Amino acid sequence: MEHAEHLNHLASQQWLIPFFPLVAAAIQSLLKKPARKLSATLTIGAMGISCAFALRAFFATLGGGHHEEVARGIANFTWFKFGTTSLDLGFVLDPLTAGMAAMVTFVGFWIFVNATGYMHDDENFTRFFCFLSLFAASMLGLVVSNNLLLLFMCWELVGLCSYLLIGFWYFKPSAAAAMKKAFITTRVGDVGFFIGILMLYQHTGTLNLYTAEGTGALQQAGGLATLTGWWGLSVAGTIALMLFIGAMGKSAQFPLHVWLPDAMEGPTPVSALIHAATMVAAGVFMVGRMFPVFTAGAGDWVMDFVMWVGCITAVFSATIAVAQFDIKRVLAYSTCSQLGFMVMALGAGGFVAGQFHLLTHAFFKALLFLGSGCVIIGTHHEQDMRKMGGLKKYMPITFWCYFTGYLALSGFPLTAGFFSKDEVLLETFHHNKAAWGLATFAAFLTAFYMTRQMYMVFAGKWRGGEESHHGHGHAHDDHGHGHGGHEPNEVPWNMWLPIAVLSIFALFMGWLGTPWFHDNLFHHYLAPEEHSPEHSNLVLWLSIGVGLFGIFLGWLIYGRKTMEHATDADPLAVKLGGLFTALNRKWYIDELYEATIIRLTMALGVFFRAVDKAVVDGILHAIAWVAWGISQVVRLVGDDLIINGSFDAGCDGVRGSGRILAKLQNGRVQNYLRVMAVGVVLLLVVYFVK
Amino acid sequence: MNFPYLTLITFAPLIGAGLVLLLPKSADKTIKIVSLLASLFSFGLALCIWSQFRPDAGLQFVERAAWIPTLHVDYYLGVDGLSITMVLLTGLITPLALLAHWNQDRSVKLFFFLFLLLEAGMFGVFTALNFFHWFIFWEIGLIPMFFLIRIWGAEERTYASFKFFLYTLAGSVGMLLAFGFIYLATGSFDFVQLREIAQTGELGRAIGVLVGDINKTTGLHLTAECFANILFWATFLGFAIKVPIWPFHTWLPDAHTQAPTGGSMLLAAVLLKMGVYGFLRVVLPIFPDEVAINLNILLFLSVASIVFGAYAALGQTDFKRVVAYSSVNHMGYAMLGIFAAAAAAPSVKDLVNEKAAALNGAVLQMFNHGISSAALFFMVGCIYERTHTRKLAEYGGLRKIMPVYAGILGVSMFSSLGLPGLNGFVGEFMVFKGAFPVVPWAALVSLIGLVVTGVFLLLMMQKVCFGPLNEKWKSLPDMTGREIFIVAVLMVFMFGIGVYPGPLLDASNHAVVNLVKLFERTPEIMLTLVR
Repeated sequence: MEHAEHLNHLASQQWLIPFFPLVAAAIQSLLKKPARKLSATLTIGAMGISCAFALRAFFATLGGGHHEEVARGIANFTWFKFGTTSLDLGFVLDPLTAGMAAMVTFVGFWIFVNATGYMHDDENFTRFFCFLSLFAASMLGLVVSNNLLLLFMCWELVGLCSYLLIGFWYFKPSAAAAMKKAFITTRVGDVGFFIGILMLYQHTGTLNLYTAEGTGALQQAGGLATLTGWWGLSVAGTIALMLFIGAMGKSAQFPLHVWLPDAMEGPTPVSALIHAATMVAAGVFMVGRMFPVFTAGAGDWVMDFVMWVGCITAVFSATIAVAQFDIKRVLAYSTCSQLGFMVMALGAGGFVAGQFHLLTHAFFKALLFLGSGCVIIGTHHEQDMRKMGGLKKYMPITFWCYFTGYLALSGFPLTAGFFSKDEVLLETFHHNKAAWGLATFAAFLTAFYMTRQMYMVFAGKWRGGEESHHGHGHAHDDHGHGHGGHEPNEVPWNMWLPIAVLSIFALFMGWLGTPWFHDNLFHHYLAPEEHSPEHSNLVLWLSIGVGLFGIFLGWLIYGRKTMEHATDADPLAVKLGGLFTALNRKWYIDELYEATIIRLTMALGVFFRAVDKAVVDGILHAIAWVAWGISQVVRLVGDDLIINGSFDAGCDGVRGSGRILAKLQNGRVQNYLRVMAVGVVLLLVVYFVK
Repeated sequence: MNFPYLTLITFAPLIGAGLVLLLPKSADKTIKIVSLLASLFSFGLALCIWSQFRPDAGLQFVERAAWIPTLHVDYYLGVDGLSITMVLLTGLITPLALLAHWNQDRSVKLFFFLFLLLEAGMFGVFTALNFFHWFIFWEIGLIPMFFLIRIWGAEERTYASFKFFLYTLAGSVGMLLAFGFIYLATGSFDFVQLREIAQTGELGRAIGVLVGDINKTTGLHLTAECFANILFWATFLGFAIKVPIWPFHTWLPDAHTQAPTGGSMLLAAVLLKMGVYGFLRVVLPIFPDEVAINLNILLFLSVASIVFGAYAALGQTDFKRVVAYSSVNHMGYAMLGIFAAAAAAPSVKDLVNEKAAALNGAVLQMFNHGISSAALFFMVGCIYERTHTRKLAEYGGLRKIMPVYAGILGVSMFSSLGLPGLNGFVGEFMVFKGAFPVVPWAALVSLIGLVVTGVFLLLMMQKVCFGPLNEKWKSLPDMTGREIFIVAVLMVFMFGIGVYPGPLLDASNHAVVNLVKLFERTPEIMLTLVR
């Protein structure tokens, strides 16, 4: 009991976690002159404080380890009143929140440190850190929220920050297009989310997820399953489906994945923070948060839908990643693919597996993205892997850190990614063998394309400098750490230290969730009331097998003989031919959307504009002409016929709105007053007649 | 008799206008200062009544005096939850619009005179409770706006000003006639009284008697329902044109685009609200049954405003026209909320609160749109003053040279887009929260508008601020202190309402709940009404 009160007390302080970055963002938005030191200190300092608070909350939740149920602290409050009721919001502290908040603050902290190096020479340094702080605040608000509406609001703000940061180099047309694309694509998903919120609110009468009295929306989830919703689903199922559509947008699930790769237009720390570690995971987190609604409608097909969307995304994006040449694009598609894994696990009922993969992935994908940022800085703004090569020699620290991230992502035995991916595959295996098979194939592809990337970037000889390249277009050319010609060089400490820290986690963090250790610590922490999935040797050894085979195949194709020149054809392209082009062009999904949805939307815009001009205004002008014509006739027939002038005034009033009548402008006011006078007279007449 | 706040609020601008007339034509500075002080005086009083307003009570600050005894017309003023926010909005926007024209040098005297006249008209509409003088104020608003567009407008000003004037006037004529008949039937112009007798069913009976007389003298065979319906549609048209509801909206893009900046600000922020306010004050209380009978048509028109308005905005190539069309779209949300309140949905649990949410949302949306559209039109004006073009294709990359401008435009744009944390979101959420359970299909189709709104606003932002800088503008100055001040005031409201909408919703809630109750009557009463 004492413990529960302590948690409630901490929950009432959860708002502090997003508060500090928010204050940092607010201060920086008012800084006029570029104040780099101050800005970086504020951002990193605020994140550090938030991290301390998040860790305090995290350790408090650990105390619940021996309980049979999840220990949860709740702090709700009223936002505003309407009708006879009120709209309440709230904060929560439970293992899901605590783990996520600790991860976001910790990973975010190191990404911010790295960003001080990456953005060192950017003229809009202050603004960048302002946006980063705002992002951190929104993301943390999303995590600690005990209310679906508050979660949605932070969700949208996270989308806003993504928009701002993707378009940070707004003067590039590609960035300007990408920022818009990201916002609109996710907004399409958000419409689903919004419907889900409205339905949940309608049927439960609250949007608070948990209340102390047990009247929270999630605590009523069971009741929702008994009501009939849409498409043969229960209301719980319908809500779950709608919420999931929102998650599909945010977590870049097929077919709403198209924005994520384009989001690489933003500076690389942004890619690491938003488009790999945290924001895109918000969709997965939200599904996890709302999991009782998803599982309530047991007979519904929603969970299968979730699983298959995840599975298709996992495979689909992995195939595309195989054929990309941009170092960040490979990682972007791998992010899509890994998010697919998490979603698939959730759909298979593996709540813990999905969240666990989310956490480990956050660490090693942040590491990989920051590593790629180091590579980009080290090679003076080169992103094309064909123009890299041999970087192991020039950038050893970056290489070793990147290497651990690579092992983790490829699912090399005993790394973090290995354990979490194994859990995902295990859950899927128990649920659906076909999906498991496809996912295992995706795991193979992951190991393969990452090996391809490793060899292209770090092995062989340096292929840059063969031709001049001016990459980015932002003022980075007078870089601080002298570059002999175009030779790559190692990055400064503030860039490599973060990836070094993260690589420790990429290596060892997986032990938290292994069945070999206290029967899966993480599982017990997150969901003490259920048992971890039954172990399967087939899944384990096949997972190890495909991973190693992918690495082997990567070595066979790219490692045995590394690329000689940047202009060399990709060996895989030679073998696959047209298929490789199709993969490289991302299965032409963008082209398809361009030709259909986007064209239709723009055409409708032109159409409705034309309707207003031709039809609506056409009718209006026709009426005006007729009225004008009648008034002319009446005037010619004879003014005398008109008894009190009201008719004349009336006609004047309505006649002719066209340009032609412009010359008649004089006297309008008199006419107007005449109408008024007539009105008054009319009323008087009416009164006395009565 | 209490202190006559409302009379003072309404007539202070008129006195200011009188003073302006007395000043010599050349005293530009004095004219501006006098005008600003007059409008600030009204704003101060508006804040005064806002602070004294009791959210849990009905009509307040009532002033009543017999005016034309033979016609039973009283001079009758008062505010309740439906009008208090509008009074505040009018008081807030007018000084800002005047400030926007602080550098005006052409016919200053006439310009500021007309502005003050306009303000008096707007205050009059929101405070009047008797149709007789309410209608006078309603029409007074037309004249200054006509001249503001006609004289200080852009290249197509003649067409736009006439279209605006004639269209709105034509709409009012029908409304005037409708109220003539209502007066004939009931002997009352009093909104409050009309509402009461509509609620008891007396209004329906009185119209039935009137229709009997008409049939006798003319030999027609009108039924009471049919006649009530005609009255409803005549009134509807008057307000629908003002709002404007699709398809009566085409005057709006022309008028807004051609009007001078301050004129556009007031048009969008306040004048449109007169139409929406009419639905709340007049249509819902006096014609509840007709609204219920025609509900599907009305909902369709609201949804059409939202969706078609958004698409039409997407098709525009003119900066100001995009913003103008966004008004059609945004007013559609308010109308959706209002009509949802009239829907019958017996299966929905907690129906009163759902409807209260929708109506509260609509009232809040009115205020919010006032803030964000004023800001957007002002931002358009800023850039037009510098570039003398409104073509989106001719801008590009302005953020590079005008970062402050781009930042503020961004905030205003997201406020209009309904981003959480800013004002627009709360109103839209409440409208949908209420409309979705009650009229699901209308709410769902409207969600298309939500996406398209995002598309056209972001496209607009991209074309103005992002991409490579158009070299033509490389020496444009960023916003001046005066300009920043004007939007900063609006931005305070954007953030304030977005985070803490409580006070505004509290203010409207009581009146809104009472409106909702009008649609709760038992079927027996409805039956006698129809009879």
